[in-house]
Amino acid sequence: MFVRPFDSQQKAVPVVIDGETVMAAEGEMLASVLLRTVPFYTRTTPVSESRRAPYCLMGVCFDCLAVVDGVASVQTCLVPVRAGMRVERQHGRREVPL
Amino acid sequence: MSPGPDVIILGAGPAGMAAATRLRDCGVAVTLIDEQPALGGQIWRGIETSHNGPLENALGKDYRAGAGPAAVLRASGAELRLAAQVWQIEEGWRVFVKTGDAVGMVTAPILLLASGAQERPNPFPGWTLPGVVSVGGAQIMLKTSGQVPENPVWVAGSGPLPLLYMTQLLALGGRLAGYLDTAPRENFSKALPHFPAALTGWRDLYKGARWLWQLRRTGIPVISDVAEIEAKGNDRLETIAYRRRGGEWISMPAEVLLAHEGVVPGVHFTLALGCEHDWRDDQLCFAPRLDDWGETSREGLFVAGDGAGIGGAEAARLRGEITAIGIARRLGKSSESEAARLAKSPRRELARALATRPFLDALYRPRPEIFVPAAETVVCRCEEVTAKQILDAARLGGSGPNQVKAFTRAGMGPCQGRQCGYTVSHLLARQQDKSVGDVGFFHIRPPLKPVSLGDLAALHVEESAL
Repeated sequence: MFVRPFDSQQKAVPVVIDGETVMAAEGEMLASVLLRTVPFYTRTTPVSESRRAPYCLMGVCFDCLAVVDGVASVQTCLVPVRAGMRVERQHGRREVPL
Repeated sequence: MSPGPDVIILGAGPAGMAAATRLRDCGVAVTLIDEQPALGGQIWRGIETSHNGPLENALGKDYRAGAGPAAVLRASGAELRLAAQVWQIEEGWRVFVKTGDAVGMVTAPILLLASGAQERPNPFPGWTLPGVVSVGGAQIMLKTSGQVPENPVWVAGSGPLPLLYMTQLLALGGRLAGYLDTAPRENFSKALPHFPAALTGWRDLYKGARWLWQLRRTGIPVISDVAEIEAKGNDRLETIAYRRRGGEWISMPAEVLLAHEGVVPGVHFTLALGCEHDWRDDQLCFAPRLDDWGETSREGLFVAGDGAGIGGAEAARLRGEITAIGIARRLGKSSESEAARLAKSPRRELARALATRPFLDALYRPRPEIFVPAAETVVCRCEEVTAKQILDAARLGGSGPNQVKAFTRAGMGPCQGRQCGYTVSHLLARQQDKSVGDVGFFHIRPPLKPVSLGDLAALHVEESAL
């Protein structure tokens, strides 16, 4: 779907997505990483549980939401990659723990 | 409590950067806030971390021009609050921001909104499938990650941005299956009368012509006058289908479809603050009503950049300059006559930067199909509400956008109508035979960006500040 063909001068760091370690460039947007990582989606919707992937990459569509370091509904297009970040794809509706 | 700044600026793109730099030159204390972790806005995304390589070469001179202003602003002494989301603004002006885990409030007598534009909502069947990305989004990934799409890539849309993006992608060795040009053929004759006036901006016209020429030279299929597109697939994009005006549907394999139908001012802040807005029929959007200095109908609240109406990066920079001169005058840093004198040259440059706009607006006026999409098209991406459900709700007595919102939940999801607002207004306008200006837009209510209960509970604001 998307690839990163250039040698980057940015430092390569590991990120864990749903338990799998993938390499990313430090400081790039997490949403970009999700768009080049099989199976190419970030969340399923609360209504029909259909798959969504980053669409606008500029903070207005909210389709790139994922669970980042335990925090749900994070806009991954606004989050720069840090080494060791743990990401989970977000499934369906959120729940409030009571 | 430490004294706050004189001016808060939201948005660190060309307008916000120019305004902040100018105000610092006048000795004004400025706090500049942006969602992104670095300066540049969308047009200069990643400019502070870019290096001199093949990517920067392909992105072009206009992109690289952002590095200088970013460095100057860094050295100006403006307080920068980056990676900070604004979720509420109150009169006074009190701006509530969230930075990582911390929530807080900044206050200032003057607030300048330079938060720019967003891509126009562009609904078509299948636009929610993974693999469908906006052209602006794809360009942001190119700028920030050097990331390119692959395995049949189609671009569908209208306007200068798809042409620029395709030129950049091809210069980097990227491959495209084809370009579906969705600008209606009749636009051309409607744009022609604006051409003589546009010649003042011949440099911009030349740039656009060169992109077109470069695209043609590669031999990539360019299919003109495309009226409708569809994205199909199970869990992700597999096929696209398109139909030229008056033609048959044609299907093609695709893994990525990049779509774009122009940009519109981001009006959520000004709508939420109750500013007067006008419907701009030339750009098919709402824009805040501003005076000569960029001040809205609310005193002390200014707008500069594409949020004031689409004009492009150079116009945004100039509007930032002019607004900063107006703000400095308001703060007593210069007299009325001195401000008028200082603004003379940027105003002249602004007129030049906007010279091609009426021509471009007419040439790339979006096809009507995006405003009244087919019945089963998802209009509200967040709550998955279709065009048919919106029209049905309106028929049941939900006469305006806000009633339709209450009936269907369209506009109630996390994006708060940023992706469906215009479509809902257009659908109602068509059904009720009104102008979109008369139908209006959703009421925009806080929080302007989602904020957790934990964040709200952690908000520490001294009583005396409220």
